[in-house]
Amino acid sequence: MSSMKTSNDSLLKAALKDAFFSALLTLVLTSLILGVKIVDINTGLKLEPRFWLAGLAVALVFVGRFALHMFWWSRKPRQTAEKKPARSLFPKIPNFGKYAAPVLVFAAIALPFMPFSDRYIIDLFILILTYVMLGWGLNIVVGYAGLLDLGYVAFYAVGAYSFALLATYFDLTFWECLPLAGLLAATWGVILGFPVLRLRGDYLAIVTLAFGEIIRIVLLNWYSFTGGPDGISGIPRPSFFGLEFKRFGEGTFAQFFGLEFSSIHRIIFLYYVILTLALITAAVTIRLRNLPIGRAWEALREDQIACSSLGINTTTTKLTAFAMGAMFGGFAGSFFAARQGFISPESFTFIESAIILAIVVLGGMGSQIGIVIASVALIGGFEVFREFEQYRMLIFGGAMVVIMVWRPRGLITTRHPSVRLHPPDGPKAATARETAS
Amino acid sequence: MEYFLQQLINGVTLGSIYGLIAIGYTMVYGIIGMINFAHGDIFMVGTFISLIVFMGLVALGITSVPLALLIVLIISMIVTASYGWTVERLAYRPLRGSFRLAPLITAIGMSIVLQNYIQVTQGARNRPLQPVITGGFQFFEDSEFVVNLSNMQILIIVTTVVLMIAFSLLISKTPLGRSQRACEQDSKMASLLGINVDRTISLTFVMGAALASVAGFMYLLYYGVIDFYIGFVVGIKAFTAAVLGGIGSLPGAMLGGLLIGLIETFWSAYFTIEYKDVAAFYMLALVLIFLPSGLLGRSEVEKV
Repeated sequence: MSSMKTSNDSLLKAALKDAFFSALLTLVLTSLILGVKIVDINTGLKLEPRFWLAGLAVALVFVGRFALHMFWWSRKPRQTAEKKPARSLFPKIPNFGKYAAPVLVFAAIALPFMPFSDRYIIDLFILILTYVMLGWGLNIVVGYAGLLDLGYVAFYAVGAYSFALLATYFDLTFWECLPLAGLLAATWGVILGFPVLRLRGDYLAIVTLAFGEIIRIVLLNWYSFTGGPDGISGIPRPSFFGLEFKRFGEGTFAQFFGLEFSSIHRIIFLYYVILTLALITAAVTIRLRNLPIGRAWEALREDQIACSSLGINTTTTKLTAFAMGAMFGGFAGSFFAARQGFISPESFTFIESAIILAIVVLGGMGSQIGIVIASVALIGGFEVFREFEQYRMLIFGGAMVVIMVWRPRGLITTRHPSVRLHPPDGPKAATARETAS
Repeated sequence: MEYFLQQLINGVTLGSIYGLIAIGYTMVYGIIGMINFAHGDIFMVGTFISLIVFMGLVALGITSVPLALLIVLIISMIVTASYGWTVERLAYRPLRGSFRLAPLITAIGMSIVLQNYIQVTQGARNRPLQPVITGGFQFFEDSEFVVNLSNMQILIIVTTVVLMIAFSLLISKTPLGRSQRACEQDSKMASLLGINVDRTISLTFVMGAALASVAGFMYLLYYGVIDFYIGFVVGIKAFTAAVLGGIGSLPGAMLGGLLIGLIETFWSAYFTIEYKDVAAFYMLALVLIFLPSGLLGRSEVEKV
């Protein structure tokens, strides 16, 4: 009884001490930034105190740390990151992916005809699907081949600008430009990839980031060709087998099918275009995974030295992964240009690359379904916070940190190699897993 | 010739600032092998804290410039170092021993958080500061192009040199520096020998952030205008400097900083100013491709 009391006492003491020091640190951190605001006045700048805000932060941290100590951490021993087993969020449902995938595809196809679907919802899902597609494209590079690419948005930009420029200079349509945009993006993937693929890990990440920025700066400054910061406007809309989505004129979509004109037709059409593109990406990826090249990617990710000792040409393997990822990025880019009708370098900043990479890593690298879940969570979450315009990037960054600390291996676990000589839990489980994600 | 000399002075000044930030990158990379992506934003926070403290001192009526500068420097170093410590504690330490990409993602997250934290609390507009230190020396006054060496530039270069010497002594002579070098070589072995690895890593972040805050303060005084976004580009250039000099090497970081500063200044002076960032990024790519271990770095031997 008495020992119980002492342990409670020491717990209280430790909690108070920790809360006090955390609050002190918060005071140091926030007193100047939160506690004072620089405001514009006629003659220049002035400091305006608002110490209550810093005080609030300090109080919150004190109470929060104290409560965590008393009620949360005292219950269970704290685990460190390396001891946490990498397990799926859905350990109870075997073959989660096997059942979830068809259901999700069906739901996606049916979405525009649901009673709750209005223009806003469909628009939001077009955006989400664009990110799903970009995520799947980057997944080839990061998830399968294990090459960290921080400049993926460059290929997105190449795709978007290819379509926009081809359409304005040569009057080509969306469907003619789409393969060209993919091809150009893949070429750029090879051009940029070739010199840098000797680099490993973080260095590769930084060089790809640099390339992404170079492309953006060139687009921004090459005024005579790309329109610089003004961007390109008046990009033609895609047509449905030659039928335009216009209110008036001959050969419009509504006229051909005898429908009343409605602007939602175009939105629904765009939705199906991006859904098809995304599903093609997924299908190609899943097929490639079982081909020799896909297995070579996975082998490369697991161990580069072993891979090259077995006679796999690491350079071509890396380049194909780069080119393949870039191509899908290019497709997504031209879709983006077609949907917006206007593009400018502002849409292709580093933050986009970061968002796509976050989707891939948070979803669990290599997991197709994880990317869908992560896209819905991040981009949907982004929309939820639309009203707090100012704060949403703050929340987004914070969420990235928290999710990563909470589940370092992603929401769904990282995909294991498709084939293994000695599967850890027997050949049956391995086949099950193969179909699962 | 005079024009060249002027650019040389400007380049060395800019390079000193990059070099101070590069030290933070190079030390962190050396010790835990990760790119501290948020370091550029720590620098940016440093500029804002300097500005706020400086304005506060002016409002309080402290008119002695050297005294004010000293107070700003000390407060800014303490607060910015606390930010560095907190970022490490919140975003990197829980992921130690986790897979390699995880801390990079949290670092990017932290960078976004810091940028938007400043944007939300201090506004998105440019924040100007009137020149505090004025005057300087002029050379070649009878020629066509007068070369200026301002007191501000002298202050920046002298401060950097003093800090570099102090810092090299800290790393090479003190027990703290010794344990840092030990952790850099083999952190597991160092921990077996009784070095508190976590504490050493925290202190590395604290020192890196403190140096970044000095750089931030000088950047504020030199350019006189800051906003919440400066950390990104300056951070990348400083990282380029660290890589160019050989990541993990302190003299390398300084040398790399100087070179990047010079390249950028000469590029803007003789070619186009729009593409000056591109010059730095090209430099980064070229160095990594042809000289992956940098100018003064050791080449890594990969063990199987």
